[in-house]
Amino acid sequence: MWRDALVVAAKDLLIERRSRVAMNQVVPYALVVLLLFGFAFDQQRPLLEQASPGLFWMAVLFAGLLAVQRSFSVETSDGAMDNLRLSGLQPAGIFLGKAAAVAVQLIALEALLTLGVVVLFHTELAGAGLLVASALASTACVAAAGVAYGALSMGLRARETLLPLLLAPVLAPVVLAGTQAWRCALGLSSGDGWRWLGVLGAFAAIYLAGGVLGFGALMEEA
Amino acid sequence: MEPSVHLCAAVALVGRYPVLAGADLDVSPGEVVMVRGANGSGKTSLLRVLAGLVPVVSGQAAVLGLDPVADARELRPQLGLLGHRNGLYEELSALENARFSLRSAGLAKDAAPRALERLGVTGRLAQVPAGRLSAGQRRRVALACLLARAPRLWLLDEPHAALDAEHRDMLDAVLGEQAARGATVVFASHEERPAPLGARTVAMSAGMVVEAGALVGLGAGTASVA
Repeated sequence: MWRDALVVAAKDLLIERRSRVAMNQVVPYALVVLLLFGFAFDQQRPLLEQASPGLFWMAVLFAGLLAVQRSFSVETSDGAMDNLRLSGLQPAGIFLGKAAAVAVQLIALEALLTLGVVVLFHTELAGAGLLVASALASTACVAAAGVAYGALSMGLRARETLLPLLLAPVLAPVVLAGTQAWRCALGLSSGDGWRWLGVLGAFAAIYLAGGVLGFGALMEEA
Repeated sequence: MEPSVHLCAAVALVGRYPVLAGADLDVSPGEVVMVRGANGSGKTSLLRVLAGLVPVVSGQAAVLGLDPVADARELRPQLGLLGHRNGLYEELSALENARFSLRSAGLAKDAAPRALERLGVTGRLAQVPAGRLSAGQRRRVALACLLARAPRLWLLDEPHAALDAEHRDMLDAVLGEQAARGATVVFASHEERPAPLGARTVAMSAGMVVEAGALVGLGAGTASVA
């Protein structure tokens, strides 16, 4: 399973390196989203700072949707998904590989978005350990749920519009917990950020386990 | 000898539409079978049933002695399916596509250059992203990906589509070589082209195999339409 995951992740990342869709489209899109949030709250600087963790995770969510859609469009554009099904790769390995490739892209995106939050919203970074840990856990959630729902929507005619509709409610708790963890880490809230990290870890475990167990059935139905 | 393909009164549905409506077919190891039929006659569905991508809801189906759906994990690595589309990654070169095909099957990637060369994808062409190749070149790359894996059963849907005369002959020769090493080839065609030497033709209509043709030339297996 791990070898299969590595094969799939390497392939997806090589495709991204060649096409640069994430770099040329997803990253600018996420930065524009941040910029628009900045314009919307420009007159209320304290509010903007307070809201910056939530705005950050909303931007990650929107960008994650694009990354997931791209991850499956490369499989469907020339019928490569049938080859994947017949390849002998374990479905769990395909799931983990695609999720890992999406996660790598999202982590790179989050690093840039963090810089954007600091520059645009004048947010001071603190609590680096909690920030990084919650970012990794949230990313695992977005990638795992995104790839599972990407497979689910792959065979549907209106998949481009259905995927956000299906995925957004599933990721709502992740955006909430990620936002709260970051608020605590940044000193914007007095709550226990590590408890929110625990929530994120639990969701990540659930989404990853669900994907590993159910991805084969999702691929067959697509 | 156990047939590579055995269908008996096989019925398969896509939604509620019967894409196979009681198909009977036996194909022996080492045989090349050309499935003819008009558009919508069930050729593509037949191949997808044999690949286990569409389940048989009644009747019998056995591929390489296995149930195409229940034994999918064991069976699928032994199959090579080429559909209407090529299944290539546009951003990857021909060589990278072939290498991924091998890696995903757990095979060493050394066979990729040889397979591409056999299908006439050589030199700079092998390094060009698949998305920039012509339709015929892409078809040959997709066939090379299968050739590299050397499947026991080839399932090809209009494999000659987009190929020029030279490469059609090349493909026929490759299929003949595969049959000679014991692989089985089932390919669909709606064209009125002569079957390759050694191939048997069968005809499909309305989801059924309606006609068993004669062998072309010598050296093919002794399969028959059940």
